Amino acid sequence: MVTQSNNHIDAIPKVLLQQLLDVLSAKGYRTVGPVVRDGSVFWDTIRQVADLPLGWRDEQTPGRYRIEQTGSTRIFGVVHGPQSVKPLAFAPREPLLTIERSKGRVSVQPTMPKSEKVAVLGVRACDLAGLAIQDHIFLKDAYRDPYYRIRRDGLFLIAVNCTRALATCFCASMDTGPRASANFDLALTELDEEMLVEAGSEAGREVVRALTCAPASPAQTREAERQIKACAGSQTRQLDRSRLPSALYDAHEHPRWDDVAARCLACGNCTMVCPTCFCHSVEEAPDLTQTGSEQSRLWDSCFTQEHGYIHGKNIRPTIKDRYRMWLTHKLASWIDQFGTSGCVGCGRCITWCPVGIDLTEELPALLNSTTQVKKESIRS
Amino acid sequence: MSDTNRANQPVTPGRPTLAVFKFASCDGCQLSILNLEDDLLALGQALDIAYFPEASSEMRKGPYDIALVEGSITTPEDAHRILSVRKQATWLMTIGACATAGGIQALRNWGDVEAFKRTVYPSPQYIQSLSTSTPISEHIHVDFELWGCPIDKAQLLRVITDLLGGVHPRLPTHSVCIECKRRGNICVMVAKGIPCLGPVTRTGCGAICPSMGRDCYGCFGPAEGLHEGPGLPPNTASLAKEFHQGLRLIPVEVLRRFRGINGSVRPFREESQAWEQNDRASHE
Ligand code: SF4
Ligand code: SF4
Ligand code: SF4
Ligand code: SF4
Ligand code: SF4
Repeated sequence: MVTQSNNHIDAIPKVLLQQLLDVLSAKGYRTVGPVVRDGSVFWDTIRQVADLPLGWRDEQTPGRYRIEQTGSTRIFGVVHGPQSVKPLAFAPREPLLTIERSKGRVSVQPTMPKSEKVAVLGVRACDLAGLAIQDHIFLKDAYRDPYYRIRRDGLFLIAVNCTRALATCFCASMDTGPRASANFDLALTELDEEMLVEAGSEAGREVVRALTCAPASPAQTREAERQIKACAGSQTRQLDRSRLPSALYDAHEHPRWDDVAARCLACGNCTMVCPTCFCHSVEEAPDLTQTGSEQSRLWDSCFTQEHGYIHGKNIRPTIKDRYRMWLTHKLASWIDQFGTSGCVGCGRCITWCPVGIDLTEELPALLNSTTQVKKESIRS
Repeated sequence: MSDTNRANQPVTPGRPTLAVFKFASCDGCQLSILNLEDDLLALGQALDIAYFPEASSEMRKGPYDIALVEGSITTPEDAHRILSVRKQATWLMTIGACATAGGIQALRNWGDVEAFKRTVYPSPQYIQSLSTSTPISEHIHVDFELWGCPIDKAQLLRVITDLLGGVHPRLPTHSVCIECKRRGNICVMVAKGIPCLGPVTRTGCGAICPSMGRDCYGCFGPAEGLHEGPGLPPNTASLAKEFHQGLRLIPVEVLRRFRGINGSVRPFREESQAWEQNDRASHE
């Protein structure tokens, strides 16, 4: 959302940003941020501002990610890597239980993750929207997941408002960015010389109080607003949700599904990088002596054969079935299930798909002349 | 393991016998068993290792409860020997790409074996070799197949553990990509333009190659195995097209990507053959 925030905004000279890391460390947080690795960025522990991708910049297009050093003074010039904050709360592999059998007795021990205070620096607005969806899935209503809870409770989220969009970004059309509007402790906007700081929680305000900063000048806040608005305006991709969910259900027999299925590898990368995908399987690992077993939760995907295996039958044998399941869940049935879209517009599935399949291209093609196709298929 | 003292002991009830047989192979999969380290002791306790020439000179006669078969069939003699292995084993599992898919030596299936013999050996008339290298399943009924070059130790232990527990073994068949992403790797194909076979290759190795910054070369065979049919994974055609159009590999390079360690398994075989035709067409 590009709406101007009413919160108090401070400014800290960029050269003093190390203070922020030091204050967080002093408060017992492990500081984590994007770190350049293997041609992209990945969340890793950082101790100094210099650990961040200073001067680096990423370019993302369908099926392609490249990063380069530009020599600029931008600290957050890299928009994002393959992962949102999801893995920091919903771990890719989470040990759940150990089971032991001795003398005819079976004992079950939950293996809870170590609770740890982690401050994450550089979270994007779309990532926050994705995390809000994960929170809904793992923490709302009757089923509250204690493993997720422990990891999630330790997170202190420092967002960075986007002032540059990637070619793959479409948060503006999903109302999830480029400004961080909720669910953060601090939100930064990077200007040439200063970092504007906005607190979004009591914990965030406490950190700000420990920093050497002054209220941002009207000129500074105007400049920040201008850059965020320009970022939203520069987005070339969009997703028209006006006819969802029903139009996508109506497109169930559209020939475009065959077209995309011919390209899709069913590799599952799109679901692995998606900030909102929550599917998981439980793996049982018994030991050879049959006296114990360990259970873990693993990220799963509706693109696997195993995911569609129900009652002795695979209900989604073909790639077409699986791509249709994925897109329909993301954009249509998610709305019925959770009341929001399952897509927050981060564009990761477009970039990290090895063959560059782009949902913002597939959706309009699928919603195109659906009625005509339906009539034809009824006639034949 | 030179535990000859055990030679005359009876088979402990409830402790199934294990035999390991070798056909045309490099022994790497058998070495994976020996590399189990601590787990090897546990394996030796859970199973009675009755026949494993690579590990022990003690070689007891069959029948055996469990037989592991390494290697492919490349000689008339082996084509005969595998029949007797099957007769001696209650449950038989192939281990590795050679036994499961024909292995790298199946490249001969596209070559002229007689010409190879004449080139390599001074007296080729003494060489008894088939013109093909074929997987064990083309000769006998196989109860379970372990993919990989070499196999993954954890998968081997898992299958044996399941057997001992009376559970039907089951291993995941999805792409390497899923494990690659779980491990937090940066995709070499998307970030570096390296032609990776991970999207069409079966999981099991733990995505070791992409974790080292290189491409998967398909050593665990096609994802979802041989479920060939229209619209079913693995979609080798789309990946091959991307290698060619997106990553600018010329047809013969695409061909070579698919004609590797598991090159003779149907999905990979058909893909390499399609690109062989494209390659020919590009020279015409
Ligand atoms: S799109 Fe697929 S993997 Fe993602 S949440 Fe839905 S069913 Fe699960
Ligand atoms: S569906 Fe794609 S663009 Fe939408 S949130 Fe998921 S990864 Fe991002
Ligand atoms: S989708 Fe929006 S919030 Fe996410 S990285 Fe792109 S511009 Fe920023
Ligand atoms: S859409 Fe792309 S990333 Fe997703 S399963 Fe298909 S090929 Fe893989
Ligand atoms: S590096 Fe290879 S295995 Fe890993 S996600 Fe990319 S294509 Fe898949």
